[in-house]
Amino acid sequence: METLAMHISNGIIDGPVAAIFAALALVALTGCVLRGRRDLDDRLAPMAGLVAAFIFAVQMLNFPIFTAGVSGHLLGGALAAMLVGPWVGALCVAVVLVVQALIFGDGGVAMLGLNITNMALLGTAAAYLLIALLLRVLPRTPAGLAVTAFVAAMLSVVVASQGFVLQYWLGGTTDLGGNLAGLAGTMAGVHLLIGIGEGLITATTVLTVAKVRPDLVYALRSLRTPIAPAVPVAGGVR
Amino acid sequence: MGAGHGHVLYRESDSPVHRLPPEVKIAAMVVFTIAVVATPRTAFWAFGGYALLVAAVAALARVGPRWLLSRALIEVPFVVFAVALPFLGSGDRVEVLGLRLSEDGLHGAWNILAKGTLGVLASLLLAATTTTRDLIVGLDRLHCPQVLTQIATFMLRYLDVLVGEARRMRVARISRGDDPRFLWQLRGFAAGIGALFLRAFERGERVYLAMLSRGYTGRMPAGWQGEGAASAGQWLVAATVPVLAATIAVTSVVLS
Repeated sequence: METLAMHISNGIIDGPVAAIFAALALVALTGCVLRGRRDLDDRLAPMAGLVAAFIFAVQMLNFPIFTAGVSGHLLGGALAAMLVGPWVGALCVAVVLVVQALIFGDGGVAMLGLNITNMALLGTAAAYLLIALLLRVLPRTPAGLAVTAFVAAMLSVVVASQGFVLQYWLGGTTDLGGNLAGLAGTMAGVHLLIGIGEGLITATTVLTVAKVRPDLVYALRSLRTPIAPAVPVAGGVR
Repeated sequence: MGAGHGHVLYRESDSPVHRLPPEVKIAAMVVFTIAVVATPRTAFWAFGGYALLVAAVAALARVGPRWLLSRALIEVPFVVFAVALPFLGSGDRVEVLGLRLSEDGLHGAWNILAKGTLGVLASLLLAATTTTRDLIVGLDRLHCPQVLTQIATFMLRYLDVLVGEARRMRVARISRGDDPRFLWQLRGFAAGIGALFLRAFERGERVYLAMLSRGYTGRMPAGWQGEGAASAGQWLVAATVPVLAATIAVTSVVLS
């Protein structure tokens, strides 16, 4: 099951449920577009592109777990939420998924609504809520930031995997024999392991960016009152 | 399913399918896939019909079966799963999947195999006949919100930046005496990933500022959009495949 876990391919979930989630994803993404448009300034536009490219590249790393048939990959929702905010972040992940489905056949086109709901919406939303919470609770040190990124990334992967369990419960095409708890447990366990990898990558990346260019980290913008004027956009070479 | 994510899938050619505007191809591919998914899984003949459609388009696009089938191997992980579905009796995950009903398992396996394969083949055909640039032009013409096409444009552009930076950093590591064999590479990779991101961003930012100073306003120049938008005739030509697929799907639903 986990082979298909994150990128649900055609035929795993039945048509009506896929259609419902497609409508849901469309409504939510419209909201993200409206909010994201306001966020997308000169600094965020290239960052959003890079975050999407980074997620695209990172999703190619498949972690084989237990056997060859079981694997999963990184999602990048937490990284996106941290660096470009929840609205643009969800859009970044959605763009990655659309391009993958259209030209790489990774995840069925008809299942796009399900995949976007799980990874772009659920994953990013869970990550951003955790980030917002943890940044307020934890000390404002590099370690605090690293822990925030790690925990948010790890848990957001697990939340996204449970989205699949919900969808399978609603419209799985093969009967599970009522043993949905087993599926939920397996999914959570496997994705906890993936989440650790995801957490480490997210934490390292965010920490490096925050040290050198704190102005680029969206999640830190609202917290720190800008004492000095922001670093000019043109600062490139160091 | 990670193999070959760089756009190595595009096949340079001048076939009728290549010449079709991208928005037409995207729409046709999406409608085709939805028709396939909507088909009841016991309507075996319908999937034969879809396969014939795919083969016809592939022949028109001059994409050989060998190329198509070898690229379709990204599907292998879940083909393995589908084949295992009706047979494996032990192991808790398979029990979870409810193989008390082996007929249901068989149908489920067939369902995943047929619909998944047809979906992958359809998107491979789109990839083989459309460059990534055209793909974004197509999405733009289909009225995809500009924020999304903008992110997609930068994503595809920065992928090369990212890969280039990664290669440079790797060469730099090797020339300083690092020994990047697979497992040994992991540590360097982990340590370098943040730096890679930052370096790629700073290059990307310069690319973006260069674009801005040349008049970029968030959308590619009008010349991109203006020329070559699909004519009614092209829409009609491309509509044949999805209309045939939809007819098959409706017939199979009515018959079952």
